[in-house]
Amino acid sequence: MWKDKVIHLLLVGTASTSILIVLLIFLFLGKEAGSFIFEPGLKELFDRSWIPVSFVRERFGLLPLLSGSAVVTAIAMVTTVPISVLAAVYIAEVARPTEREILKPFIEILAGIPSVVLGFFGLIVLAPLIKELFGLSSGLNALTGGILLALMAVPTVVTISEDAIMSVPFSYKNASLALGASELQTIWKVTVPAALPGIIAAIMLGVGRVIGETMAVLMVTGNSALITLNPLSPVRTMTATIAAEMGEVPIGSVHYQALFCIGITLLIITFLLNVVARVVLNKYGMKK
Amino acid sequence: MQEQTAGAEYTVEAKNVDFFYGKVQALFGVSLNIKIRHVTALIGPSGCGKSTFLRTLNRMNDTIRNTRVSGEILINGEDIYKEGMNVVKLRRQVGMVFQKSNPFPKSIFDNVAYGPRIHGQHDQQQLAEIVEKSLVDAALWDEVKDRLNDNALGLSGGQQQRLCIARALAVGPEILLMDEPASALDPKSTTKIEDLIGELREKYTIVIVTHNMQQAARVSDYTAFFYEGSLVEFDRTKKIFTKPKAKQTEDYITGRFG
Repeated sequence: MWKDKVIHLLLVGTASTSILIVLLIFLFLGKEAGSFIFEPGLKELFDRSWIPVSFVRERFGLLPLLSGSAVVTAIAMVTTVPISVLAAVYIAEVARPTEREILKPFIEILAGIPSVVLGFFGLIVLAPLIKELFGLSSGLNALTGGILLALMAVPTVVTISEDAIMSVPFSYKNASLALGASELQTIWKVTVPAALPGIIAAIMLGVGRVIGETMAVLMVTGNSALITLNPLSPVRTMTATIAAEMGEVPIGSVHYQALFCIGITLLIITFLLNVVARVVLNKYGMKK
Repeated sequence: MQEQTAGAEYTVEAKNVDFFYGKVQALFGVSLNIKIRHVTALIGPSGCGKSTFLRTLNRMNDTIRNTRVSGEILINGEDIYKEGMNVVKLRRQVGMVFQKSNPFPKSIFDNVAYGPRIHGQHDQQQLAEIVEKSLVDAALWDEVKDRLNDNALGLSGGQQQRLCIARALAVGPEILLMDEPASALDPKSTTKIEDLIGELREKYTIVIVTHNMQQAARVSDYTAFFYEGSLVEFDRTKKIFTKPKAKQTEDYITGRFG
């Protein structure tokens, strides 16, 4: 009996570790951001520019970084969602077994490519291409970053959407076909709507992946902290800012604390995205 | 072709039908004529091929990979396995109700309107009429008329099955295939479905697969007994249940096996 208890405790312990870690992360982020709340105060985060090092006045506005992240994420999602969802539909519903055997491993390989390698690809192939295409002086901008991130989100969105589509009961499809619907009508009118909650969750997770990505965007977005919604303008995302500046900032300085404030903001955004995805899944999840 | 069908006695004429799942043969030379606006029951032990035969009639077996059919099946005189056969048209003509009720996770209205909509009917007025008529014909209208916009999955099992019948009726079929439509239902719901079949035979040709011998005796005019992929005996139901010709049929209906 005591063995059961020990093992039980052990399992509870390991399961709780993840909760503990999340709490600790929040705690330490808060601790490091610390006195920023009083001096210069949270109001400072709503400033319109991010100039962390200055002889005149340092400014720590998150708006340019938020807009940078937003533009890049929006471009990435607009690109990746149609491609990934259609790919998932194809793999789950149309592809022959042999095609599926070939397609799936390749999509999984895409998930395994280190982001710095994709960054290289962006820098050497994608950026010059976009520079040529739009006649810009530099190809390092939000569009390049967004397309690169779209590539990185493809595996997440495809895999989870495909699972959702595959789990639609075969009886729905049968019913539709027996009513004289074509395969295509069945896919669009029955299968995809029934899988929609899962597809939305997949998209949410894709957004989470895109917002959190650092290395690739640092390499290709041009890194200027401007408030802009222009895809052809260089931008700077929240993650890239932390990665680029953390190495050189004096520990404990206001700048240092500001970087931690960015971290907390990011964490809150991804946390909210997860909550939304979960609510969508619970509320509209399929009853079988 | 047209002369043949005019006033024809049979809606379905199956001639020497063989069916294969990959290399496994499931039907052996089945020939069977199904009379218009009558109920024909297909009975036999599990795996005897009765469901397979049913599914050859609207080509639902097409959805299973590596299957092959040979022989000839004529519906209203038209060979449904001929080259260039319009399967969509066929399935509008030959509706199907499955063993497990399978309404879509949509509203009651949208379930019934699904068929007409995919066949191009988008006029709200018309759709509403079709939905009402189909639900009335499926003996479900009175129970659901006040909650057409509720999710169909909230209905009881028996109601769901009648909804599936209404959905099949909404595309205006001539033939209705039923694959053990009451096997998952309680006795009361089963009675309702059986009563419904009794009413539907006025307008439709019905082919029903059933495991329940009493049900076959109650609802059908003709009964076909399948055994190991072959049609053993086919006759008026009364005859099959009182004076079967084949020994196997007698053994089966008296409960000696199966």
